[in-house]
This record gives sequence, structure tokens and C-alpha cells, in this order.
Amino acid sequence: MTEEKISSRARILPVVVVLGALLMWAALAQFRLFPESVFPSPAAVARGFVEEFRNGRLVDDVVASLFRVTVGFALAVFTGIPAGLWLGHHARARIAFLPVVNFFRSLSPLAWIPFAILWFGIGDLPTVFLIFMASFFPVVLATVAAVANIPSVYFRVARDYGFSNNEVLTKVTLPAIAPQVITSLRVTAGLAWLVVVAAEMIAGRAGLGFAIWDARNGLRMDLLVCGMIVIGVIGVVIDRVLLQLTRISSVRWGYER
Amino acid sequence: MNDKPLRLEDVSLSFGSVGVFRRLSLEVTRGEFVAVVGPSGCGKTTLLNLFSKFIKPETGRVECAGRVRMVYQHDSLFPWLTVAENISLGLRDLNDDSERVRQLEQMMHLIRLEEFANHYPHQLSGGMRQRVELARALIGDTDVLLLDEPFSSLDYLTRLRMRNELARMLDRLPRTVVLVTHDIEESAQLADRIIVLSERPARICCEFHLNLERPREPTHPRVVETVHKILAEMGLEHKASAARSSLVS
Repeated sequence: MTEEKISSRARILPVVVVLGALLMWAALAQFRLFPESVFPSPAAVARGFVEEFRNGRLVDDVVASLFRVTVGFALAVFTGIPAGLWLGHHARARIAFLPVVNFFRSLSPLAWIPFAILWFGIGDLPTVFLIFMASFFPVVLATVAAVANIPSVYFRVARDYGFSNNEVLTKVTLPAIAPQVITSLRVTAGLAWLVVVAAEMIAGRAGLGFAIWDARNGLRMDLLVCGMIVIGVIGVVIDRVLLQLTRISSVRWGYER
Repeated sequence: MNDKPLRLEDVSLSFGSVGVFRRLSLEVTRGEFVAVVGPSGCGKTTLLNLFSKFIKPETGRVECAGRVRMVYQHDSLFPWLTVAENISLGLRDLNDDSERVRQLEQMMHLIRLEEFANHYPHQLSGGMRQRVELARALIGDTDVLLLDEPFSSLDYLTRLRMRNELARMLDRLPRTVVLVTHDIEESAQLADRIIVLSERPARICCEFHLNLERPREPTHPRVVETVHKILAEMGLEHKASAARSSLVS
């Protein structure tokens, strides 16, 4: 099969699957296996979308959730990568800190919710804190692993060609770990998006998680499904955006060999 | 100008309790191509690491005059840089942009990879990558080239081609070369002088001189004769049969 045929099929196939799922959903709603109040039809959800969009809540919730994820995730990336670089280059520090990093990585970020509320109250701060806690440790570990995997010969070459310490960092270490770190960012961004929804359900006053919780309290299952669809779509979009990083020509080597 | 750019004087070195060299002395003349062969683990690569000042001897002196570049056994091209960018690393000290472009173009032409200048290493074959490695080490004002089994990961036919490539490149850009190899035929095809090292702690068992033009055919009688002699010296062929083979060839 030619590449062109594969790529045109690749574009159509997901659309076919989504349409199939919508049809199944509509059929199940039509047969009324469950009452409409607990199994909303696609039409009811579409009406819910229009309602949420018109009253402006949908946009507000999306903006609130995206803001929290962006801030929490960015903080985790901008502190986690340097921490991972430092641990990756210092064997003693690695031995000392890795068990602690692994300990916190293993804790569900949701376990921090009570502390987040007690320390930061309700609103943006506790959610940003939870997203940071969910993202920071995986980013650190991925960076440490990526640094450890850099072939030592690259540093020999850097020495042979007179690289300064700064150049070794910016022209050898960072490009060498880029593919692995980008992959970990994709995974961690997905995790952060999961956490924001869960955190907003408990510690939020706005956001998609809060909207779902609010819909549940008001027994508006149509709005609840609206929230689920938006969360899923944004999750896919975030992954597609980060996927673009893997298309940068100077990191393709990490995915093609 | 120093006519012996590489010199080891009574060098001793050990890694823990393992003695690698004991009072080893060696001189390499400017422009000479020296190949070092010997049993696996005898310290051939360590010898290059001493010359490149990557490690220091416990006792004795290491002298290495001029700019030294090394070509490594495994892929050492930066995979995130294109072919042209990798080779340009060898011109980092050159401030004149137009001169840098000129030298780069010349080198791309010499290694016959002009069309691949913007390709990344993973898009090249093994032989092409080794040509780029050699180009990166040869470009600019290099004096000494240290080659650490540079063709060992290639298949036999590509190795044969690469030996000719190296000979052709050195003909255009003469350098003092030390080649470490486990491939006896390769050493006999390329080197002016072949040094056979003993088991650890390594000493020089013997030296063979080949005053022949490069590139040399692997079936050239002198090459074949030298291969037999080296094999005999390393205990891999009886001296009598080596002598007989030499007569036949």
C-alpha cells in the first residue's frame, strides 16, 4: 500500500470510528435501556452544549481549567527538567534523592487534596499545586533517565572539539535528551489534565471538573456528558499540540532509528 | 617543528590491580601512519586515550604536539545535527565565515556526500556515517588523527571501501595517524608501520614496516605477507607456514 493511501485512510479512520460510536450511543438512547435522566441522548447533550455555550459557562470553565493546567505544568517542567539534569549529572545526588523522588511519584496526587485545600483554600492555587505535584516527579525521573542514557562518547567529542561547560549543556545534553523528554511531557500533560478535572471537583469554584460535579449535583446528566466530551477533546488537542514537538527535524532521530 | 608529534616515554599504567602498560615507549614521526594491533583487551584503545590526554599515565611521559582529533569505535556523530553541521564542528575555531563555508564545501566534495549535507546521521548508511566521522576529524588544522577501530561495525565489503576512502582522504589531507584495530588485514593495507602489542601488561612485541603506496590491494603480496607475519607473531599461525605462505604470495 502506498504511503499516500495510508495517510488518507489514517485521516478518515478516526472520523469513521467517532461516527460509529455516536451512532451506537444514539441507538442505545433510542432503545431506552436506561431512563433518559441517567442516559442522555446525543440530541440532549447537543442542546446542553448550546445552553452552556450561550450562558458563557462553558468558555469560562475551559479557560479556568486550561489556565490551571498551563501554570501547574509549566512550573513542573521549568523546575523538573533542571532538577533532572542536576540529578542526572551527579551520581551522589542521584543516589541520595531518587528514592524520595520515586516515593512522591508513587503517591496519587489526589492524596494531596486535603492539604491543598487546607494550605491554599479553594480556587486556582490548590489546583495548580496538585497539577504541579502530579507532573513534577515524572518529569524529574524522565529527565534523569534521559541524561543517564546519553552515550558518553558525545561528551568525549564535545571535549575533543573544545566545548565549554555551557556549550556541553546547551549543545550536547539538552539536544541529546530532547526526544525522551518530549515523550515524557506528552505522558505527563495527559496526567496533568486528568488531575485538573479531579482536583476541580473537590477544590474548585470553576473549571470543567467543577462543572461536572455541579451537573452531577443538579442531576443534569446532559451537561455532565458535555463536560466529559470537552475534557476528552481538549486532552486529545493537548497531545496533538505536544506531538508537533516530535516533528522538529533535530529531534526526529529519537523516534526514527 | 616537532618531527615526532607523538611520543610515549617509559609509560606505566594500571587500572586497579590490572597492569596495562609497563615502561612502554613509542614514537610516531610526523606524517607517519602507525597501526596498533594486539590481543583483545591489551590496551590498544588506552594507548589512544593516553595520546588524546583523556587519561594520564602513572609514570612516564606522554607528548602530543599539535591538534589531535579522534574517530571513535561507535557512532559519535551528534544525531541532532545534520551532516554539514557535524562536520562544521571541526571548524569551530575558524572565525572567517566565507572560509568556513569554502572548507566545508571542499570536504563535502572530498567525501562525496554533497547531496546529503542536510541529512541527519540516522538517514545515512553505516559507511556514509563513517565518512562523515572522518571528515569531521580531518577538517580544519588537524595535525594528528587517532582512529579507534573506526570501521569495526561495518560489513567486510564496506570496510574494504572505507580503507580506500581513508587512503584517498589522507592523500589529499596528510596527517599523522595512529590506527587501533583488531583487523590485521586493515593494518597491513593502510599503515606505514604496524606495532604488535603483547598481552597485558602490554609491551611492543615487534614492528613491521611497509613502504608501499596507498591505497593497497588486500591481495597485494606484501600485504598478504605482512598479515601472515603478524598472525604468526600473535601465535595465530605457525611461523613455518607463515613463511611458506609468504613465499607462495
